[in-house]
Amino acid sequence: MAKVIVVTSGKGGVGKTTTTAALGAALAQHGQRVVVVDFDVGLRNLDLVMGAERRVVYDLTYVAEGKVRLPQALIRDKRIETLFLLAASQTRDKDALTDDGVERVISELRSSFDWIVCDSPAGIERGATLAMRYADLAVVVTNPEVSSVRDSDRIIGLLDAKTEKASRGERMEKHLLLTRYDPIRAGRGDMLGIEDVLDILSIPLLAVIPESEEVLRASNIGSPVTISSPKSAPARAYDEAAQRLMGVDVPISIPNGRSGLLTRLFGRRAA
Amino acid sequence: MNWFAALARRKSASVARERLQILLTHERVAGGHSDLIPLLREEVVAVVARHVAVDPEKVNVRIERGKAVSLLEIDIEIPAADPTSHAIKRGGGRSGEMAVESIRFSS
Repeated sequence: MAKVIVVTSGKGGVGKTTTTAALGAALAQHGQRVVVVDFDVGLRNLDLVMGAERRVVYDLTYVAEGKVRLPQALIRDKRIETLFLLAASQTRDKDALTDDGVERVISELRSSFDWIVCDSPAGIERGATLAMRYADLAVVVTNPEVSSVRDSDRIIGLLDAKTEKASRGERMEKHLLLTRYDPIRAGRGDMLGIEDVLDILSIPLLAVIPESEEVLRASNIGSPVTISSPKSAPARAYDEAAQRLMGVDVPISIPNGRSGLLTRLFGRRAA
Repeated sequence: MNWFAALARRKSASVARERLQILLTHERVAGGHSDLIPLLREEVVAVVARHVAVDPEKVNVRIERGKAVSLLEIDIEIPAADPTSHAIKRGGGRSGEMAVESIRFSS
């Protein structure tokens, strides 16, 4: 049965789009049929991070309005056969995307994909609530930094109030994905630790993505980090998150900051 | 001075944690049931104002969410020297502050 994930955070710039691309790709790398959907109307970027910016013809708004059929707007990834992108409109008005339209698109996507990963815009306005409305579970992307934690707390409140699932009286499944974590700074007490963030937000941990140059490198070349650098620490963390979402019981890797002897001998490539 | 600076810096994460915990306790009350607190405040003010003059600004309604029970706290400050009021003295407090009994309810 298809699962709809919303990748959300409230605050901008914490790694929603990076996470959508990496999680979507990782799920597809495990043979799952995946579509990543950009809900950031007017500020689309998932196409760029996925390396498909020159292939966008039709977008989510067109399909939601019934102007084109879904297959015309879906862009198949050139690296992974089972991975697709549905871009956001860059030029259309935000209000062109309606609740009914989104519901129709999501339910049509459900019949042909295993995973529908929705990249939410920042903020708590309509775009963000539309992205979460029909989700089965949420991945809350948070940096170990006060403003991000506060905004995540706000988004958790919205997930429990504004989703279809919540309004049916069901429990909205929420997972924390901590990004840009630096174990050395956290160890020194200069950065909120994993336990701190978990204590404050009280939702289960899905993954800890260590701060890493590989993440920026991946977006530079338009490739999800799990494809561009599958052995890197962030890619492994995303891959484990994907497996956990698939129901595989894999332990959560916690970056410990103590680079192994090999890493120390062979340069500082590890995160 | 350097020693102080170093100490302050070393503890920035725990400062962050503390600040967040305090802030979010308040914000969750406001955000969680966005309508409940203003509604309670409005109705409580209306009821109390029928008998005592109250400054709506001095009415503080808060909910503290706990694991087993939550605590609803209503603090109403009543001006001490109000000639129109006859119910103040019974509150017992010199300042005329009347603390409505805390109400416990399951969360």
